[in-house]
Amino acid sequence: MSTQQERDGRTIRCLIAKVGLDGHDRGAHVIARAFRDAGFEVIYSGLHRAPDEIVQAAVQEDVDVLGISILSGAHNTLVPKIVDGLEEYGAFEDTLLLVGGIVPDEDREKLKELGVAEIFGPGTPMEETIEFVEANVPEDR
Amino acid sequence: MTSADPDGVESPSPEPTGQHAALIRDLLDGRHRALARVITKIENRAPGYREIVSQLHDHTGSASVVGVTGSPGAGKSTLVDKLAEAYRDRGETVGVIAVDPSSPYTGGAVLGDRIRMASNVGDMDVFFRSMSARGSLGGLSTATSDAVKALDAFGKDRIVVETVGAGQNEVDVVKTAETVCVLVQPGSGDDVQMLKAGILEIGDVFVVNKADMDGASRTVAELEEMLHMRENPVKNLNTGHHGPVGDDRLEAASLDDGDEAAWDPAVVETVATEGDGVTELIETFDEHREWLVDSGKLDEQARTRYAEEIRQLLRADTAALLEDVLAERGGVDALAGQVVDRETDPYAVVEDVMGPLRDCVAETDADGGEAE
Repeated sequence: MSTQQERDGRTIRCLIAKVGLDGHDRGAHVIARAFRDAGFEVIYSGLHRAPDEIVQAAVQEDVDVLGISILSGAHNTLVPKIVDGLEEYGAFEDTLLLVGGIVPDEDREKLKELGVAEIFGPGTPMEETIEFVEANVPEDR
Repeated sequence: MTSADPDGVESPSPEPTGQHAALIRDLLDGRHRALARVITKIENRAPGYREIVSQLHDHTGSASVVGVTGSPGAGKSTLVDKLAEAYRDRGETVGVIAVDPSSPYTGGAVLGDRIRMASNVGDMDVFFRSMSARGSLGGLSTATSDAVKALDAFGKDRIVVETVGAGQNEVDVVKTAETVCVLVQPGSGDDVQMLKAGILEIGDVFVVNKADMDGASRTVAELEEMLHMRENPVKNLNTGHHGPVGDDRLEAASLDDGDEAAWDPAVVETVATEGDGVTELIETFDEHREWLVDSGKLDEQARTRYAEEIRQLLRADTAALLEDVLAERGGVDALAGQVVDRETDPYAVVEDVMGPLRDCVAETDADGGEAE
């Protein structure tokens, strides 16, 4: 409750999304649980989602944070589609976009230029991710 | 549908005003982002949210609202998904609010119902929104009914409110609907026991989902029997005979009471995963709504709902006002300390706090009387 109250009655809402073909979502479950325990409201997308579906969920749920988990290496094609979709609905500006999973170093800059706030690779301590969200979540909504 | 429709011939509603005028206008213009943001403001009790809901009120009243409840795992989300799909096939737009519990310790929640909305992905005319209980006493039903108003004003034809039937809080939420649908799983004798304890009274339509499972017909029979028993409250007092003759007499008696054509709760079987029985279920919902309209119960229900809402808001505001007064007097902890030290007692404290408030109200009333 304390986390919630400190934020002036606002609860951080997150969508944890699995996009594309990879069928491995243990990491997504772990982060969903950790976010929940940090006092966030977490919506989990389920596996094998298309970028459109993720955009629909992010817009309707009006999430502060969109965490995309990708292990398949398809981030260069899928993330831009999600960014475009969010922009179409005017939701890109105030959504904190995170990517988790396996992203080669050479792709990181590209994703950040696209508007991804941070990329969390394997082994990132959970507290680090939570602190990043709390520090960077859009305030003026 | 009505006032949001640009071709509507009805008298134009007043232009939105205040700090959120643009947001309200966007919502009425059918912008999903604005609808989503308004619901967030409602959930957060953000500054100005009351003004928003207040201005939306004029645009509401055209959607039909169904509440769906039942124990975890009964298949609510899957059924709601199929309901939404069937409504969409009929050319209607749909809003869904799914309520999940939140942690009493951290306030956090995992809202998992969206996963089952597989039939409607990519279709923005199904607006699905997850809400958490946020542990607030009575606040959940207020927030939910305000979110329903936002969807209604947006122009959704059908609104479904889905909640886990776990406690009073959740029961209050589904009661914000015109038609309440309770899901039951076959072969779960314990569920039926649970129903006896209260949820049986709130259901207008009962669904035995997973009707392809063993024991489904028995569950249907048990439900039918219990619902039948419910029809005559007097009968529960009459512990003697329950023969058909007695039933007739009691029914005649209840007719004499002017209780014309009461709604007989229906039991419908579905297999939500296959979509079986969904058409019948929607027909039953429509029948119930028809009955509500024809019997005049719909208006009565709306009046009851708004009365409860007014009370709820007044209680919340009064409580907030009292918190302020308490804070001025050093806070409730300090007062409790004085009670422990036998300096005062709880009744004296309450009198001390309430006295001036009462005087104040009495004075205002007197002023109002003179002015007239």
